[in-house]
Amino acid sequence: MIVALLRRDLAQFFPFTGSGAALPVVFFIAVAMLYPFAVGPDANVLAKTGGGVVWIAALLAAILPLEKLVARDIELGFFDQLRLRGLTEEVMMAVRLIAHWLSFGPVLVLATFPAAALLNIEGETFRLLILGLIAGTPGLAAIGLIIAALTASLRAGAALSGLLLIPLALPILIFGAGALARQDPASLGFVGAISLGLVALAPFAAGAAIRAAREQ
Amino acid sequence: MQAPLRPLLEARDLACQRGERLLFRRLSFRLEAGTACHVTGANGAGKTTLLRALAGLTTPFAGEVLREGTLGLLDDRTGLDPELPLERALAFWFALDAAANTATLMERLRLSALAEVPVRYLSTGQKKRVALARLLSQEAAIWLLDEPLSGLDIASQGLVSALVTEHCSAGGIALIASHQPLDVPDMTSFAIEDYQLALPEGDGIEGWGEQSA
Repeated sequence: MIVALLRRDLAQFFPFTGSGAALPVVFFIAVAMLYPFAVGPDANVLAKTGGGVVWIAALLAAILPLEKLVARDIELGFFDQLRLRGLTEEVMMAVRLIAHWLSFGPVLVLATFPAAALLNIEGETFRLLILGLIAGTPGLAAIGLIIAALTASLRAGAALSGLLLIPLALPILIFGAGALARQDPASLGFVGAISLGLVALAPFAAGAAIRAAREQ
Repeated sequence: MQAPLRPLLEARDLACQRGERLLFRRLSFRLEAGTACHVTGANGAGKTTLLRALAGLTTPFAGEVLREGTLGLLDDRTGLDPELPLERALAFWFALDAAANTATLMERLRLSALAEVPVRYLSTGQKKRVALARLLSQEAAIWLLDEPLSGLDIASQGLVSALVTEHCSAGGIALIASHQPLDVPDMTSFAIEDYQLALPEGDGIEGWGEQSA
């Protein structure tokens, strides 16, 4: 049942197969393409600031799929039907978290290669950027899922989710982008730890949120 | 077809609220294998709330629900991905429920011709038939049907009655919330209004109910 659910969720959210799910990647690349035009082609400036820009682009790209992530399946009665078949909300949300991460995390990491080329990011900085994104995107996915589930029953949910993500994602951003500025691989350990904590928490928080949404 | 266990659906002193308002209270009934029950009530009286509480999707304000047997819920939501062609969208649930004879089922509900049509293009009545197909393939022992007849043409309405009759004669339980009468032999019925609080005259139950429905 879980495998079938994961397959269905992936089909829904994976870029190019799902419904408009390529948007985060396009957005991510677009930021990397536009940034040199905005600040000028000075290679030093780009190399110094580019890593931070990639992190911000990744963070904002993670917001884009949130609107559809949970709310739509509540409306469809999808979760209700799964519940009747004995699946708990926590399992549904754990599967959704995996599908959500798979549909934007690895793609963003791949998209960082052309983005880094555009922003003149090389060597150790590039390595830290890629490793940081690998460690940080699961955490961003977990925050996104919690927010999507919490705001699913609210009318202005989409606007609110963007607002909520900013403070919650700050620790990942500070340690992830901070690693680039200090050239310090150790802070990536913090990014990984925060991510792990969030991933462990997310299915429970999101599961409780969609149960609460039913009671209204 | 049914689970080996004898299905049972029982409500004991059930009370449910919606928002701040108590919809009904002291509602008790017991449905044993092979029985059908028709719940009536005005819009907003709490039929859907009752069914969702019985399904275990919401926690009742007071009282308890006893269920033995697998549960199937039919409401106005199909649970199918709107972009997918009907056949593929249904295939997910058929696979999940390990359904057999899906072709016969599709034929009986006159859905075979719609297999390639994306779910979002289906009409209300067609969606209802799709939801029925999902319910039938689940082979649940207890059916909770929320307005199963709304949007259906006369022929399909007859089919729903026939399906419920078959389900009950095979030992299943059906609880049907509907405004329309169903032609099911030996079906009991109760009105949800009988369990409402006595309200002072002129209290705007209906206005509130319409809004929240």
